[in-house]
Amino acid sequence: MTGDVLLELDHVTIQFGGLKAVADLTLQIGRGELVGLIGPNGAGKTTVFNLVTGVYAPTVGRILFEGRPIQGMKPHAIARRGITRTFQNIRLFASRCCRDNVCIAAHQHARAGLADAVLRTRRFEDDERDIQRRAGELLEILGLSAWADTPAAELPYGQQRRLEIARALAGRPRLLLLDEPAAGLNPQESDQLMHLIEDIRQRFHLTILLIEHDMRVVMGICRRIAVLDYGVRIAEGTPGQIRTDPRVIEAYLGEEVHADLGAGG
Amino acid sequence: MRRTLWLAGVLVVLVALNVTLPQLLNPYLFQMVVLCGINVILAVSLNLVNGFTGQFSIGHAGFMALGAYGSAMFSLHVGQGWVAALEAAHVPGVVAQGFALLLALLLGGLLSALAGYLVGLPSLRLRGDYLAIVTLGFGEIIRVIITNVDAVGASRGLPGIPGWVNFFWVGLGVAAVIFLSLNLARSTHGRALFAIRDDEVAAEALGVDTTSYKVLAFVLGAFFAGVAGGLFAHYLSYLNPNSFTFLKSIEVIAMVVLGGLGSVSGAVLAAVVLTLLPEVLRPVKDYRMVLYSFMLIVLMITRPQGLLGNRELSLAWLTRRRRRAGAPSA
Repeated sequence: MTGDVLLELDHVTIQFGGLKAVADLTLQIGRGELVGLIGPNGAGKTTVFNLVTGVYAPTVGRILFEGRPIQGMKPHAIARRGITRTFQNIRLFASRCCRDNVCIAAHQHARAGLADAVLRTRRFEDDERDIQRRAGELLEILGLSAWADTPAAELPYGQQRRLEIARALAGRPRLLLLDEPAAGLNPQESDQLMHLIEDIRQRFHLTILLIEHDMRVVMGICRRIAVLDYGVRIAEGTPGQIRTDPRVIEAYLGEEVHADLGAGG
Repeated sequence: MRRTLWLAGVLVVLVALNVTLPQLLNPYLFQMVVLCGINVILAVSLNLVNGFTGQFSIGHAGFMALGAYGSAMFSLHVGQGWVAALEAAHVPGVVAQGFALLLALLLGGLLSALAGYLVGLPSLRLRGDYLAIVTLGFGEIIRVIITNVDAVGASRGLPGIPGWVNFFWVGLGVAAVIFLSLNLARSTHGRALFAIRDDEVAAEALGVDTTSYKVLAFVLGAFFAGVAGGLFAHYLSYLNPNSFTFLKSIEVIAMVVLGGLGSVSGAVLAAVVLTLLPEVLRPVKDYRMVLYSFMLIVLMITRPQGLLGNRELSLAWLTRRRRRAGAPSA
């Protein structure tokens, strides 16, 4: 991979007691790429997300975003740098309406301070109008306009997954981390999701790192895939290479998953 | 322009009530109104911490005590002298006292806010039960210190505080804390607080500096608790450490929970109800507190989300309800 590297993991290891959840992982993601991260359960995929977003600091190694180290920074500071994420187990702000969920994530771009908010200054009103307009646009793009005033907890499951994406986009990220966005979706919904991911990637000039178990989705939209097993990167390549890689097949324990991988193409 | 009109309107109403209320009400009822006001300030300020941000603090009486004693000490040792000097210079008594009181209240509030910051910074890394215990410990430490420091009267209490508080000042405090809470709730900062309450991990991942916002809520809540304490001190003219026990904190928490966590108007309503209820129940004598507790239990069973739940009482909401009830097909 050559050219403009957006995110670089440089020999990253994280150890919890005696367990190396991620071991000596090196991974580069170029600007504008859509990279898949797959592996069996417990392989350390979500741990990689938690490392990149600052939930954990690596025991060893560096994480560079746009050439600057971000390891050890707080999650909110990393989000401000331009990395946002969705969560595998949906984590919406359940009591707030969809619009508020998106507005909260747009928060980091607000310029009005606390005094502006309390005194309702012009600067606050301008800011608020911008935030509301942007939230409206994102809800529209994700097909959630009809739900704008519904509390997030009352949304159907598929819409909750979409709201997670809308919310992550509201922070105007340059790198979007999607953690199993297709989990629990039916085949039509995951088809729509594939188009949606491709659409938002182009529309917002995003780079996307995607964790997904649905091989149809991963093989369908990623041009490059990295495979983790027991915290170690065991393969990296195009969907075609990954599908036939013997180490990957072995990691997924043989025939059954082999068939799954095959069906994806 | 509209804001100036609003402010002028509120001030006119407060001044008018300040003149008429003491004539309309007997001293007992008037005192109840003032105590309702002080409890409203306490409940609405604690709602910023427990309701908006979802951090369980049970040290509110400690912040109130700091504000009460801080402002009282200022008035006794500095403020009184200034008022005498101003009055000697032919400044009207109301103005001189108002000026000294305002300074005392601000100082009391700032002292509490500072304590809120110092307690908040390390302890807000803790969650749930652990934070509750730290704040409980803080409140008790403040009370025990006051009980043992002779300079503030120790367990005998602190008498002779100038009684500068009238209805106007209590009303102004109530208006200020409600105004701040409502405007905060409908802003990006308020949304950040709600986000922390709903899911701290997600809020952090989306760029909300959760530690700063928790400290902010704590400092604001402590400031107004201190102001409430200052009003309390300058209304009763006497302070006693027993007014600021752990039970006082629990009383304020009961108001916030009963009103509906996060609802400003709910906290106001519940503060008034819970202040008046023990008084209304006086005729039943010995069974008063039994009945009070029983009514609390019944209320919480029938409305676990609180009187107003998450909502705010507003004109728009009321008219919407009426329209829905009046013309169902429209």
